[in-house]
Amino acid sequence: MDFRFYDEQVMTADVVRALLAEVCSSQDLRRLLTTGGAQDETRWKKLCELGLAGILVPEGDGGLGLAPVDFVQIAEACGYRCLPEPLVDNVGIALPLLAAFADRPGVAPYLERALAGEITVAVSHPINSYVPHADRDAAALIARDDGLHLVAISPKMLTMQPSADPFRRLHTIACDPGDATRIAGHEEAAIPLRQTLDRGALFTAAQLLGMAQRCVDLAVGYSKERQQFGRPIGSYQAIKHHLATVQVKIEFARPVVYAAAADLPHDDLHSRARISQAKLTASEAADLAAHTAIQTHGAMGYSWEVDVHLYLKRIIALTQVWGGPSFHRERVAARVFSAPLGPETTFARETDRA
Amino acid sequence: MNLIYTEEQKAFRREVRSWLEAHVPRQPLPSFDASREGFEAHREWERILDEGRWGMVTWPERYGGRGLDLIQWLIFEEEYYRAGAPLRVNQNGIFLLGPTLMEYGTPEQKSRFLPKMASGDEIWAQAWSEPQAGSDLAAVRASATRAGDEYVLRGHKIWSSRAVFADWAFGLFRSDPGSERHKGLSLIFFPLDAPGVRIQAIPQIDGETGFAEIFLDDVRVPAFNRLGAEGEGWAICMATAGFERGLMLRSPARFQVTARRLVELFKTCERDADPAIRAAVLKAWMDTDAYALSIYHTASRLNAGGQIGAEASTNKIFWSEMDIAMHKTALSLLGARAELSRHASEAVEAGRWLDGYFFSLAGPIYAGSNEIQRNIIAERMLGLPRV
Ligand SMILES: Cc1cc2nc3c(=O)[nH]c(=O)nc-3n(C[C@H](O)[C@H](O)[C@H](O)COP(=O)(O)OP(=O)(O)OC[C@H]3O[C@@H](n4cnc5c(N)ncnc54)[C@H](O)[C@@H]3O)c2cc1C
Repeated sequence: MDFRFYDEQVMTADVVRALLAEVCSSQDLRRLLTTGGAQDETRWKKLCELGLAGILVPEGDGGLGLAPVDFVQIAEACGYRCLPEPLVDNVGIALPLLAAFADRPGVAPYLERALAGEITVAVSHPINSYVPHADRDAAALIARDDGLHLVAISPKMLTMQPSADPFRRLHTIACDPGDATRIAGHEEAAIPLRQTLDRGALFTAAQLLGMAQRCVDLAVGYSKERQQFGRPIGSYQAIKHHLATVQVKIEFARPVVYAAAADLPHDDLHSRARISQAKLTASEAADLAAHTAIQTHGAMGYSWEVDVHLYLKRIIALTQVWGGPSFHRERVAARVFSAPLGPETTFARETDRA
Repeated sequence: MNLIYTEEQKAFRREVRSWLEAHVPRQPLPSFDASREGFEAHREWERILDEGRWGMVTWPERYGGRGLDLIQWLIFEEEYYRAGAPLRVNQNGIFLLGPTLMEYGTPEQKSRFLPKMASGDEIWAQAWSEPQAGSDLAAVRASATRAGDEYVLRGHKIWSSRAVFADWAFGLFRSDPGSERHKGLSLIFFPLDAPGVRIQAIPQIDGETGFAEIFLDDVRVPAFNRLGAEGEGWAICMATAGFERGLMLRSPARFQVTARRLVELFKTCERDADPAIRAAVLKAWMDTDAYALSIYHTASRLNAGGQIGAEASTNKIFWSEMDIAMHKTALSLLGARAELSRHASEAVEAGRWLDGYFFSLAGPIYAGSNEIQRNIIAERMLGLPRV
């Protein structure tokens, strides 16, 4: 039992953090906003050069064969920078699903190109209504009643649903998947799709956690600078206490997100409850953080000029994707109302066997 | 990261569990605050624990412990609360003073005080607060005047938990008469039955005793009773407070039992409960789980040589607010029975929820109020300006 990241995990996350600080600053986001683009291909190329595409793909399928716990801090870092490009969606969610069917006809070429960073893949999962950034993806994994399909995306299939988040290009995909596109039947797709939902919820929670911390950091920065009544507003207790309250929420969401990452591969009642708990608590922390950051900035916080609104909008979006609060509360309820509770059950599947 | 217990840790859990099953009193002990009898019953339980060498598992063996690490301490605590074992009457000694003594005490002080603390022969009270020094602890006025190899203690301490029946107190005194604020303070031990000590019980919110005023009128103690250097009392108190808020005082297990009881209560009245209450019940479980995970995280860090830092303050806010929320939820579920005292025949769990609710309301006050903790988080963790 050692609830700390290993050195390699810390180092990988540090490398990603450093790169994002360099290529995904506030000015970078602003530049993208003024040009009206949703994504920055130069930045994406640099991210691909990190060689992370296969991090969650088994070694036998050309990946690195690492675990969610090796990626969770990277997802958190992407949230912290409000990264527009789909690193988390592609690498954390889509590619492991694609790799689960690597042996099916037609899948290998896509997987190979995706691992090489040449293309990205979208997932259209029944839990979500829209597919973000489908216009940059080469193919979509589409779950239907009859199973899972892999469909090459063509522009005419896509209808854009503009999001308030300028960097989320949402789409609906209209296509007629049939036998030719089906890579798995309903039964055999069920478990991989459930695991995809878990990864989606977990890495969304991690991004929310990062965004929550960024909102606090932005507010702290501003409240040290901004003077009113001859003092920095950050010296007033009302401001201090608001921000401390958010920080407490973050501190108690973080270990849940990390434990959920470590638990995910178990794919059982306990891991699902903890992933859901991570999603709920990270959403709550992020929601309070965004709201508090706006309040701390005063009218500036209500302006386009300050970055907080970018976070607010992404937080609104991510709170609902991969299962909203009611969905996840029910998964927690399934564990709480049916499995043993009490102090010896923190790592319940462990103590069951003790 | 590895969230799997080792075989050794699993075996340790089994050992704790079977010892507790054989030794925990079948009937709950009477409150240690309400009567001498209840206090002594708890002291007797401390002796039994010590005979099994379970008094303080993290202490070195020579002081009555087992030299175990903090993960094993957590496992012990989980089993302890699972078994419904009695509250620790010596908690101020073993959880607060103990670790501090271990760090700052001389070898002689350690051998003099730690074994008797572990065995329950000496039960400790904390005597820091004064009428004019609450949150602003650096305003203490009680004085310790050096006279040869003794100190003469004078002053007025207040809110000292369990001082009515306890044997010893560790107090914060001004040892340099000309000093101000954080300087010139010393931490000094005194027996609560020494000549010149007068104890005045203060009834708490539920009418029971629980804390007391301590009047010190020329109480003479040997200089041996000073912990750390003269004038270093403040730094030592802050180290103690770090343990208190951060880790030992409120182990997660305590709250996980409350959450389990809350779910059980919910199941008995589920049909009438509105969805908001159901959500609060689920939140109770999630919060206690998050607290446990966070403490496992801290314990892992400390085991690897880390120091307790700002989590002392974030933890204290989190557990105290979660405790209140859980008890409030229980009272909503109880409806008309919420107000029943333990003497009412229809009281659920002998009024334990209401008693617990009262006690939870003290959580944001003692061990440094939550307002003070928020100041600390804002200033030391977030770096906001002090003025
Ligand atoms: C159940 C219980 C057990 C206790 N046991 C012990 C014990 O064993 N030994 C012991 O020494 N003491 C003990 N105490 C005392 C406890 O440490 C003090 O109550 C605590 O330090 C607060 O001091 P105070 O009560 O004087 O409140 P005050 O300091 O007067 O505070 C009153 C209110 O003002 C707020 N406040 C004060 N200063 C500030 C500030 N700078 N910024 C914002 N808000 C502020 C506080 O947060 C609080 O809400 C106990 C208290 C309780 C309730």
